[in-house]
Amino acid sequence: MKSWLVIGQYVPGHSVLHRLDPRTKLLMIFTYVIIVFFANNTLSYGLLAIFAIWTIFLSKLSLTYILKGITPIWFFIIFSFLIHLFFTNDGDIIWQLSGLKIYSGGLVKGLTISLRFLLLIMVTSLLTLTTSPMEITDALENLLSPLQKWKFPVHELALMLSISLRFIPTLMDELDKISKAQASRGVDLRTGSLKSRMYAVIPLLVPLFISAFRRAEDLAMAMEARGYRGGEGRTKLRQLSYSWLDFQAVVIYIFIMIIFFMLRN
Amino acid sequence: MTIIEFRDVYFRYNEEQNWVLRNISFSVNAGDSIAIIGHNGSGKSTVAKLINGLLVPQAGDILIDGERVTEQNIWEVRQKAGMVFQNPENQFVGTTVRDDIAFGLENRGIPREEMIKRIERSLNEVGMQDFALHEAHYLSGGQKQRVAIASVMAIQPEVLILDEATSMLDPVGRNEIIKTIQHLKDERNITFLTITHDLSEVTLADRTLVLKEGKLVTDTTPRELFAQVNDWESLGLTEPFTTKIANELEKYGYKFSSHPLNHEELMNELWTYNLKK
Ligand SMILES: Nc1ncnc2c1ncn2[C@@H]1O[C@H](COP(=O)(O)OP(=O)(O)OP(=O)(O)O)[C@@H](O)[C@H]1O
Ligand SMILES: [Mg+2]
Repeated sequence: MKSWLVIGQYVPGHSVLHRLDPRTKLLMIFTYVIIVFFANNTLSYGLLAIFAIWTIFLSKLSLTYILKGITPIWFFIIFSFLIHLFFTNDGDIIWQLSGLKIYSGGLVKGLTISLRFLLLIMVTSLLTLTTSPMEITDALENLLSPLQKWKFPVHELALMLSISLRFIPTLMDELDKISKAQASRGVDLRTGSLKSRMYAVIPLLVPLFISAFRRAEDLAMAMEARGYRGGEGRTKLRQLSYSWLDFQAVVIYIFIMIIFFMLRN
Repeated sequence: MTIIEFRDVYFRYNEEQNWVLRNISFSVNAGDSIAIIGHNGSGKSTVAKLINGLLVPQAGDILIDGERVTEQNIWEVRQKAGMVFQNPENQFVGTTVRDDIAFGLENRGIPREEMIKRIERSLNEVGMQDFALHEAHYLSGGQKQRVAIASVMAIQPEVLILDEATSMLDPVGRNEIIKTIQHLKDERNITFLTITHDLSEVTLADRTLVLKEGKLVTDTTPRELFAQVNDWESLGLTEPFTTKIANELEKYGYKFSSHPLNHEELMNELWTYNLKK
């Protein structure tokens, strides 16, 4: 795994953001993601951007670390900016070069779309950066638990999620081993046409899948031996509890949202 | 007191197969430690899985603590007989050590305060108290197996079954496990059932059961067994490596002052060999 890539990574710490209950964070980020689509002028965008930067400041992580860490996303951000810049024919022409016309509408649209995208990525990676996968799973299980009334398999889903997360490093190691083993048998993953490289992935995936199934079988056996029989009657070691901090955070957040809706037009 | 009893047990995985186990009968006294040996495919793991109800025999009875294992009491049986499997990686359910031990307790609806106490106690017993918050990925194989043992011990079983629990570990990891088990034997009055291909583990048992093609062929003490053995391989054991090398070297004219019993002695013999001449 590339260590500079922040997407999906967790950086342990003791900042305010780390100490918030994962449910609070999850709900806030969820509403933020929706609200981004309601921003419609400079001021409302400005407020959301300031909020995002402020929370990054609160997390004690550096802004440049996060901006650098989402490098692959920058490609999409710039790409979507350019697409909107060149292919929107709204407003006045602000720049022209032998048939290539750039309209003011295109500039505005390009900027807003890419800003939206950037804000979404920044805030959601802030969630995973300050919340361990385990906490996120717990929060999801807790928040979704009312759905159990309608027979929605909340516990099973959470267990599946946590087991998958637990096995990601194991399978990554395995993939590494398999690719070395196959390379020593002459499978070439680095050179050749795109098509031949795609074919070369097959001898990696087949053994990986076979071993994953074998692991799954072993794990199921071990779980059964340890008395697993579904979510019913289970107690939980890890518990979530809201604190004074969560209350404060929610009040401030609601306050900011009210200002946001006042700034919109 | 008898804790495990097999009465004329027959088992096969499916109809088309021959019997994997044929007419198995034996009984184990509480507090004993038993080694089950036999070559690959002789049915050792099958016996282990029958004990805690992961498999059900087609004929015969299995009694745990005097009670017949049936579909109804399978959960109580699994509470009495815990099992550690071969692959350290594939039995680690929780994200961290603490969560993994909690898994079995959560399944049984143990209250949280009690869980915390038991986790601490069982981690202490296997010497992993400093690793409670570590993730599986950062543990060695031996450490993972110790966690697996702690997970079983937290459930407070009467029988601990180890199905080749050391076979995927390096010598250091294997020693860790053997020490841990010795420690547990002293601490708690538990019945141990060890399935192994490792000689040193066999010698630690009070009794050895030898399986051959699904039949129980020998049931004696390790000492008596070793006195009789001349075909190690048929037991799924390897003749001790150092003995083999020493014997081969002697064929080429080497003469050892004393017959080396372990790697270290053999090494010392070899590197000082020319000095002594
Ligand atoms: N799930 C299964 N389905 C069908 N046959 C099986 C299954 N598991 C094991 N067997 C067969 O049952 C026999 C006994 O298997 P078992 O796993 O008990 O052997 P073992 O003594 O534990 O061997 P090893 O030393 O390799 O672990 C073998 O012949 C094996 O092929
Ligand atoms: Mg086996």
